[in-house]
Amino acid sequence: MAFEEKSDELATNVTSLGFDLADLQARKLLKIDHVHIDRSEIEETGEYDLEGLFIRLGYAIDSIGARRVVLDTIENLFSGLTNQAVLRAELRRLFNWLKEKGVTTIITGEKGDGSLTRQGLEEYVSDCVILLDHRVANQISTRLLRIVKYRGSTHGTNEYPFLIDEEGISVMPVTSLTLDHAVSSERLTSGIAALDKMLDGKGFFRGSSVLVSGTAGIGKSSMASTFAYATCLHNERCLYFAFEESPQQIVRNMRSIGLDLQQFVDSGLLQFHAARPTLNGLEMHLVAIYKLVKKTKPAMVILDPITSLITVGTVSEVKSMLIRLIDFLQSQQVTVMFTALTLNTIVNEQTDEGVSSLVDAWLLVRDIENNGERNRGLYVMKSRGMKHSNQVREFVITDEGLDLIDVYLGSEGVLTGSARVAQQLQEVTGEAIRDHAVSRKDREIERKRTVLESKITSLKEEFESVQEELNKGYIEDGLRREMLEKNREQMTRTRHNE
Amino acid sequence: MPETEEFWELRLYVAGKTAKSVAALTNLKRYCEEHLPNQYKIEVIDLLVQPQLAEGDQIFAIPTLVKKVPEPIRKIIGDLSDEEKVLVGLNIRPATR
Repeated sequence: MAFEEKSDELATNVTSLGFDLADLQARKLLKIDHVHIDRSEIEETGEYDLEGLFIRLGYAIDSIGARRVVLDTIENLFSGLTNQAVLRAELRRLFNWLKEKGVTTIITGEKGDGSLTRQGLEEYVSDCVILLDHRVANQISTRLLRIVKYRGSTHGTNEYPFLIDEEGISVMPVTSLTLDHAVSSERLTSGIAALDKMLDGKGFFRGSSVLVSGTAGIGKSSMASTFAYATCLHNERCLYFAFEESPQQIVRNMRSIGLDLQQFVDSGLLQFHAARPTLNGLEMHLVAIYKLVKKTKPAMVILDPITSLITVGTVSEVKSMLIRLIDFLQSQQVTVMFTALTLNTIVNEQTDEGVSSLVDAWLLVRDIENNGERNRGLYVMKSRGMKHSNQVREFVITDEGLDLIDVYLGSEGVLTGSARVAQQLQEVTGEAIRDHAVSRKDREIERKRTVLESKITSLKEEFESVQEELNKGYIEDGLRREMLEKNREQMTRTRHNE
Repeated sequence: MPETEEFWELRLYVAGKTAKSVAALTNLKRYCEEHLPNQYKIEVIDLLVQPQLAEGDQIFAIPTLVKKVPEPIRKIIGDLSDEEKVLVGLNIRPATR
């Protein structure tokens, strides 16, 4: 029962939502009764009631066997009639009457000052009150829905954004209230062998969420593209949401690092969805992602970059959107990679839209500025459920794709880029010089040894001659003593014999 | 007094024989006899019997008196107890205000 729009106007207006009212009416599924109240045509004299409305409604319900009744917007009665007391009493009677008839009734009403409806009546007689709101932030409006009351149920009390588009109305719950979706322990390669090695040797979990953050020009998109490429190589579908570059740009740019994405675009494995963030509100983006994911069932979703979404929402809104997105994608076992731009070189580990606490893995690419050049250092900040490397690697972009190189850990700290190369060269030079020095010393020692040995020989010979000399004297003494002894014996014997 | 060639076609919508309906009909007949002798026709429609007629004349309150002719169409709702308002509403007497 429409109090505002005529039935043909109503039919025209909802065509844009995909509803065909004329067809529904022809099939006796719907009946529209337009109640026209014109203040200027009406004079009130004395007592009356709204029995006429009851009869009309009753007749309409019975004619098609309706189960649901919509009263849009019943408060128009109040602008057409002056006797408020009668109206209030009659509306109360109407709602009770509808309930007794066993039909579900939806009553629309405008929000009043400080109360949910202008008359403050409808919300008390209703079993369920849904409050719709419209908020504009940064010139982008969001429709919000909140269940204020619902008798006999435990309903969600939060505000939920909702959307009206050509497929009707869609509501996205802010979070799935429970965290109990199935998890997979299957691993997906990141497309960079050295990175996989840092991630326990196997890569990311399927269905996990990965954040890549870094400053401008650090290679976030390249990393995302590499991941996409690796996914497509495994014959799995990948959805790439680009908020800053067009698909053609990405394909061209990635060709420079040896990734031919075009072949996968052609085969349908890789789908780009490029849109400026300001095209829609956040909710629209979310719904667009939901719909595409539902339709294409990809194994991998990339959002590049999430930071540009800030232009259409506040940080907390973006975060809430990403929570819902991650929840949704995890429930679908879809791996998701976000890239995020950090604006300053001082890495603030709290930022990145606060998304870092939500994601399962966080890769941080950071500028290491030294010797007048910037090099990229890659850190695995976190990676849930695996032993990941705590070391910094140099992240290099070559013609053949991305690679990670162990940084040089020397006496002068962590060295990257040409400093690393220089240091390595210097080491080689040093070694050669040292080798040379060592061999010279060896020869010196050899010479010394020869000298020493010859000295030892001469000393030995000297010693032997001295020894011989001494021995000679010693033997002579012995002989002399022996002779003397002999002589004395001889003399003694001679004397005794006489 | 109205022009003699004018004719009043009146429809009174009621729902059963309630006190208000009966009062409305009684009042209406009295005013017409008094001010429009032989210039009026009253059609009483009981919506309990013919509910499909309610939509056509945009009836939502009971009782409602609809003046189809002479133009403009006017609706007077209530038991018609306020004679002054009824006569003004039916263009029998110009508004004094």
